[in-house]
Amino acid sequence: MTVIPDTPPAAEPAAGPAAGPGGERGTGRTVARYALAKIGGAALSIGMVVVATFFLFRLIPGDPAIAYTRDVPLSPEQLDLLRRQMGLDKPLLQQFLDFVWRTLRLDLGTSYEYKRPVTELIAERTGPTLVLVGTGLVIAVSLGLWQGTRAAWRHGSRFDRFSTGLSLVLWSVPTFWLGLLLLMVFAAGVGPIPGIFPTRGMEDIDAPGGPMYLLHVAHHLVLPCLTLVAVVYAQYLLVMRSSLLDEIGQDYVTTARAKGLRDDQVRRRHAVPNALLPTVTLVFIHIGFVVGGAVSVETVYSWPGLGLLFYEAIQGPDFAVMQGTFMVVCTAVIVMNTLADVAYHVLDPRVRSA
Amino acid sequence: MSITWTRRRAALSRFWRDYRRQRAGLYGAAILIAAVILALLTPLVTDPAGMDVTRATGAKMAAPSLEFPLGTDESGRSVLLMTLWGSRVSLLIGFMSALLSMTIGTVVGIAAGHFRGWTSAVLLRITDWFLVLPSLVLALVLAAILGGGTSTIILAIGVTSWASTARLIRAQTLSVEARPYIERSRALGAGHWHVMTRHVLPNVAPLVLANTTLQVASAIVAESTLAFLGADSGKVSWGGMLRGSYDWGAATSGAWWYVLAPGLCIVAVVMAFTLCGRALEAVLNPRLRGVSR
Repeated sequence: MTVIPDTPPAAEPAAGPAAGPGGERGTGRTVARYALAKIGGAALSIGMVVVATFFLFRLIPGDPAIAYTRDVPLSPEQLDLLRRQMGLDKPLLQQFLDFVWRTLRLDLGTSYEYKRPVTELIAERTGPTLVLVGTGLVIAVSLGLWQGTRAAWRHGSRFDRFSTGLSLVLWSVPTFWLGLLLLMVFAAGVGPIPGIFPTRGMEDIDAPGGPMYLLHVAHHLVLPCLTLVAVVYAQYLLVMRSSLLDEIGQDYVTTARAKGLRDDQVRRRHAVPNALLPTVTLVFIHIGFVVGGAVSVETVYSWPGLGLLFYEAIQGPDFAVMQGTFMVVCTAVIVMNTLADVAYHVLDPRVRSA
Repeated sequence: MSITWTRRRAALSRFWRDYRRQRAGLYGAAILIAAVILALLTPLVTDPAGMDVTRATGAKMAAPSLEFPLGTDESGRSVLLMTLWGSRVSLLIGFMSALLSMTIGTVVGIAAGHFRGWTSAVLLRITDWFLVLPSLVLALVLAAILGGGTSTIILAIGVTSWASTARLIRAQTLSVEARPYIERSRALGAGHWHVMTRHVLPNVAPLVLANTTLQVASAIVAESTLAFLGADSGKVSWGGMLRGSYDWGAATSGAWWYVLAPGLCIVAVVMAFTLCGRALEAVLNPRLRGVSR
């Protein structure tokens, strides 16, 4: 076993073109150049997603025309016509170009199951996902940051050990199982505990109108949201804790203390703002990721969002919907990651001058 | 030759001495060894006939009793028996996909760190792409398109989860290659292959080991999630059991044993791997010491 050297791994250049002696002057221009380079990279990534999707979905065994018509028996002539309509008789390159052109126009094909445009289905399901993920993220971020700060400020304390242990456990628990447990205890009820929350969906058939509707949805939102929060917040806790621990060791914190500032002033005015930076990136990444990551939560609670749409497409299998949601989710993730990179670059001058 | 071996033995005993100090890591290792032994013993001590739906003897969804310590499932099979047999599938897929993912990650990482110019640029671009894409969604698509089966699931998890390893290994490769002895070795006429396999690989190996342990943990979670979402290997795994419990509404009809047994197993094994991985990291990477405790 060789010992890994103490030297940090060779510094990764933070940015391709923008790295260099940026200095104070021309910072705006460096940021703009950096952003342009990142956007270019993101465009390339999205292009790779489109290419990969086309070839990936051509690996499906069987005839797409038969898959599309499902159990409806068709004559060979009808099948031929359908194939021609779906463009399956053209050469591969032509099919690929058609696919790219349609994707550019946001035409993601027609669902096998619903016989409706996939774009329409996705648009319908985006709202509920945003409600679930948005609420979940706000709660998870605030809870995680608060607890992470407390844990790091008194590291080694009982609170710290409890927090770290809890986040380790939450990290090991599969999201869907946590969902099943909550469902079992709080929706179905265990022993003397009655079920107090609905088991599925975003609304019942007899949902009230007006302002009461919001309350009705909120009631349905509690359990799925709780599941999502439990899984996401552990990461904020850990990231905040370790980045604040890094800051506590810095000279400026000692200086602030030496100036005679009160403990919570050192924390709130000096250490925490700097330690917050890595979590900013995490928020953006999560907004992107959770859209896809909410699949299991939405499935357990039948929450009518994008994740459930994707899950239903797999069960079908409804390849058109699968393909569409896949591209949309990947694009969302790539866009959010790019925003995260640029935001970090704007917020942290250290990265810029590196 | 003998000097190398003496050194290796000394390094190994030093490693063990350091590892022993990590209490959580010891607990993790103990749970893992127990789980692996149980999984290996299962075919010797139990009868696979009990897994056959048509030959199940119990009542449907029966609560735990003396005959069925963990109750029965929707077709009258013993949940205990299913959990034991399921451990084999879950662990196998966990290990194999982590192995696949680590192999891809290490090869790509070393190559991206060793070569310069466009080879490195292309490899990094691909790595970044895989790093960004939501791996669960990609794995689900892969599994759905390629059809069920153990090897498909291993492939789907392995192919979607190597990117962070490649990043890590690349950074380590860069720092190893900056050392003077690599330059000397080059001056003596060592080729790319020699440098990569004889100098870089042994130096990144400990890191790879620690990372594999963590990777198995996430692979097991990934397998269970895939199985739960319907992309299963066709064999009973812990995730597949939870899928069954969900389909039969076990959670809402009070069949807690069916939900708890496989879930607790997943959590225990995944936590054990995580604890081992963190302990290994703390031992092998002294920079982390004192920070993540």
